[in-house]
Amino acid sequence: MAQVVAIIASTHHPFYYRASTATGEDRPAFADEWVRKITAFRETLTRARPDVLVMVGSDHFHQLWLDNMPQFLVGKAPYYDANFYNEEREFGLPRMLLHGHEDLSAYMLREGIDAGFDLAFSNELRIDHSITCPIITLRPQNDLPVVPIYTNIFAPPLPRPKRFVELGRTIRQLVESWPAEQRVAIIGTGHLSLELGGPRQFGPHGPDPEFDRRAVEWISTGDIDGCLSEVTLDSLHAPGNATHGFMDFMLMMGVAGERKRADYVDTYDLFHTMEAYFTWYPDGGAR
Amino acid sequence: MSKYLVNKFLYTVDRDPHLVERYREDPRGTVEWWETERAGRILNCHSGEASTWLGFDDAERDALAGHDYPALFEMGAHPFLTLTLFIALFERDYDEPLGFQQEYARRLSHFTLPHPDIAT
Repeated sequence: MAQVVAIIASTHHPFYYRASTATGEDRPAFADEWVRKITAFRETLTRARPDVLVMVGSDHFHQLWLDNMPQFLVGKAPYYDANFYNEEREFGLPRMLLHGHEDLSAYMLREGIDAGFDLAFSNELRIDHSITCPIITLRPQNDLPVVPIYTNIFAPPLPRPKRFVELGRTIRQLVESWPAEQRVAIIGTGHLSLELGGPRQFGPHGPDPEFDRRAVEWISTGDIDGCLSEVTLDSLHAPGNATHGFMDFMLMMGVAGERKRADYVDTYDLFHTMEAYFTWYPDGGAR
Repeated sequence: MSKYLVNKFLYTVDRDPHLVERYREDPRGTVEWWETERAGRILNCHSGEASTWLGFDDAERDALAGHDYPALFEMGAHPFLTLTLFIALFERDYDEPLGFQQEYARRLSHFTLPHPDIAT
């Protein structure tokens, strides 16, 4: 059977690539410390020696649109082109090409549907910065096959937070039941408090530092029950109008398991948003 | 009232570099052309298939033609779509990094929670 060797939850700040590659006067003051933190975070994946990456993210109205919007979608393709014109324009992100792992995609679709999630699929998926940012930060050599999983945190009506947690638990079970001698890392990205296109955007910190503090506590201690008792679709409007992306962190808490403390926790208070990085090593998977 | 169609305008213009420039230079003309020629195109269908019933109301048309992003926010256009396109339109006019984004926040500062509903 496959082994889950690392579970990683992260923010996906699209400005990291530009900040980390800028030189001279263009290099922002916060870049060096950010690179240091990312380099340390990257090591938590490297040491797990994964063969395959299951990557959870959310399309930002790139390929998925309101005329045909899936709640949860699994990519099943041999390759995934990545990043879009407007991400190149706004963030300076490079065009990328990722390898897919069709066998694991097919397994997760078949077994996931049988487990109660009517997963949509795509045989021609171009993925965006919610998945390419963690490739850039955690696996810049981009040498591993991936299974992309998209969630809808963007276009209401959204699934409720509990459903994200349940999908995370199911993803974990599916990977662990996959009959292949493969080392799998499950990586998901989302947001803490975030405002985009609203009055609280682009301030000196994230829009709700108190929510961020509590979110880091929920995630790092694996307090799924505590988190679910306070976080609802309605409550997530209060910390910032794009904070529903936090539900991808809740999904990753479901992957990690109730009361599973993260083995690695780091944060970085930047303009606009709080960066947050978590790694779990289930069952000694990093050995 | 068609939040969906307003979002479709923002989405399709944002993803076409030529339309971004056209909308910057001639907003009303671009909105009128788009509503006539493009509004009905079903994006995930083969070319030639179109919806027959989509149109803006006057307030939506005026908000788009006026580059009026506070009005778009108030009518529940998706904030991410509006922000992304308007950064492409106007960030270049500001000297300071994030200057436009902060001006954008300032112009929305009279909105309090709950924000307008963005469900389509």
